[in-house]
Amino acid sequence: MDRFLFLTVDGLARGAVFAAFALALVLIWRGTRIVNFAQGAMAAATTYLGYSVTAASDSYWLGLVAAVFGGLVLGAIVERGLMRFVDVRSPLNAVIVALGLVLVIHSILGIVYGSRYRAMQVPFSRESIEIGGTALLSPYDLFVFGTVLLVMVGLALVFTRTDIGLRMRAAAFAPDMSRLLGVNVGRMLTLSWALAAAVGALAAMLVVPTEFGAHPHSTDLVFVYAFTAAVVGGLDSPAGAVVGGLVVGLVLSYVSGYADGDLSAVAILVLLIGVLLLRPNGLFASTTARQV
Amino acid sequence: MAYLRTHTLPRHLLLAVLAALLLLLLTYLLPPYRNYQLATAGAYVCATAGLTVLVGLTGQLSLGHGALMATGAYAYALVSDKLVDGGTTGIPLLVVSLVAAILATMVVGFVLGLAGARLHGPYLAGLTLTLVIVVPAITTTFAGTLGGDQGLSVTVDPPPVGLGAAFPFERWQAWITLTAAILTVFVLANVVHGRPGRQMRAIRDDEVAARLSGIDVARTKVGAFVLSAATAGLGGGLLAVLTQSVAPGAFSLTFSLFLLMAVVIGGLGSLAGAVWGAILIVVLPDLADSLAEAMPVSSNLAERLDGNLAIGVFGLIVIGVMLAVPGGIQGLLVALVRRLRGRRPAASGPADVGPAGPAAPGPGVDADRPDASGPSGPEPAADPARPRTPSSGSPSTTTE
Repeated sequence: MDRFLFLTVDGLARGAVFAAFALALVLIWRGTRIVNFAQGAMAAATTYLGYSVTAASDSYWLGLVAAVFGGLVLGAIVERGLMRFVDVRSPLNAVIVALGLVLVIHSILGIVYGSRYRAMQVPFSRESIEIGGTALLSPYDLFVFGTVLLVMVGLALVFTRTDIGLRMRAAAFAPDMSRLLGVNVGRMLTLSWALAAAVGALAAMLVVPTEFGAHPHSTDLVFVYAFTAAVVGGLDSPAGAVVGGLVVGLVLSYVSGYADGDLSAVAILVLLIGVLLLRPNGLFASTTARQV
Repeated sequence: MAYLRTHTLPRHLLLAVLAALLLLLLTYLLPPYRNYQLATAGAYVCATAGLTVLVGLTGQLSLGHGALMATGAYAYALVSDKLVDGGTTGIPLLVVSLVAAILATMVVGFVLGLAGARLHGPYLAGLTLTLVIVVPAITTTFAGTLGGDQGLSVTVDPPPVGLGAAFPFERWQAWITLTAAILTVFVLANVVHGRPGRQMRAIRDDEVAARLSGIDVARTKVGAFVLSAATAGLGGGLLAVLTQSVAPGAFSLTFSLFLLMAVVIGGLGSLAGAVWGAILIVVLPDLADSLAEAMPVSSNLAERLDGNLAIGVFGLIVIGVMLAVPGGIQGLLVALVRRLRGRRPAASGPADVGPAGPAAPGPGVDADRPDASGPSGPEPAADPARPRTPSSGSPSTTTE
């Protein structure tokens, strides 16, 4: 029972990060109907930025801020300089361009940093605190929970309570009408991409140090897990992405805790296939009319 | 010529024989290492040709063809191992193992295809991406059978004695993969130009309209996936023959992306483009490495450039192609040929437009009488009209 409790808490802590990353995917999907397949590679790039800044300044927090700010800039550049020019008549084009971007980013990171893993520091201990005789949460887990919660509440407030959030939702929901009403739709798209990339960068900064460290491919699996989380939640729903992220985290934790660490990736594949075959629009999708 | 223009099968047969003769000559002219590269390109052609049909014709985006090739390669290794234990050697060993590789991959392709038939664009891409990512995890989970990170070694017999004792092994490998590549492209060309190809294009362009025309959308999509998987499995089996080993590292995410990028650069939906793409996968890393060696940089940086430079160049070319020349290499070539021919009055469009022309009114109607319109029925009427509007008039080629 203790073990189950430990695995549950651990899974939720990992899931929180995937939830944040999935949220970044959902942000872009809602705005542009594009799944940003370059999200993982972009987050790998900002993680290296954070690593470099931390190494130069010896401050974790400066590195974290640099990574998030780098994400904002990178997201805006990618939208403004690349994705805007993609012909969206076929949904495949954006995916292919994003994958081309993945190769370019991997290549640049490989050339600049080489392919060895760079260990990264964490600001808090990862030793679990014992509560009532059971080892449960580490201070770092609490930091992750807190940060992700802060991001989610912040995003929710921006989108529901602010003028710019309303404009972003309008631009995503009815671009032509918003344009007529004076919303700068292009700028809203850039902002969505920048926000999404910053959230992705933050999520990567939270998860990469707990794995092997910075590496050009360090976020490949994170992307896959987050994609699965977003699909479980239905791609369209921010709340679904959060729940999906937690589900993915729990599945990973239980499978690697009770069975075998190598199996956890396979379990995610099974989960993804299962959800796609049974409820292709995600667990939280309402029935929509087919677009003819 | 008129006969060949209207009769697809003889035309493709003739092209296949010509290609075979040309490549046969080439294997005698090239040194062993270049022959090995040619053989590698042959193995890649099998996979890219199937992939371009899947992505270009049905619009199903698969990032998982690396994983399908891995399936074929592992199936080849396992089956050939059993066959060697049973005493099978030579060409039967090769053929039976390759068939096993194809069949095993078709099973995986069928499952993926079932999922794919219900999914749209990014969902299928994400699913197949996940498949590629978990390949190493699967090989370590079943390390007892699949050998974990080390992989399996593959026994490949030397060339038949009939070819002479001094026959180079690399030339023999080139013969094997090129034969398979020509067969693959020949079969796919006939599928693409026949009823299945028309149905696939109809589904890609408008799924609802295709269903209304009486096309079984799900069956066609799954069929396309299984066909594509079969060729990927063949390509994977051939790679096992070439490298004489199978390991998960050879089928990384980057490799899968390379396959997709190759068919995009070559020209989506075009078999000739798939050949260009396969050549590119072999040649580009080579070129990039020589470029990196020629640069006056430190050995440390040179080491990092090795491999990474090619990846970046590939990515940049793909982005450039998607933004500027959606038809890819083959699209450019077709446009070039058309411009050259545009000045001559008797010329007709490229060969692929001929048989596809009558299909335009409705795939469902046309499919019932594939050649009933007669060898020269619609051609004279369609022909003179085409050269007059070379740039804007022609609605479709294989590389749209």
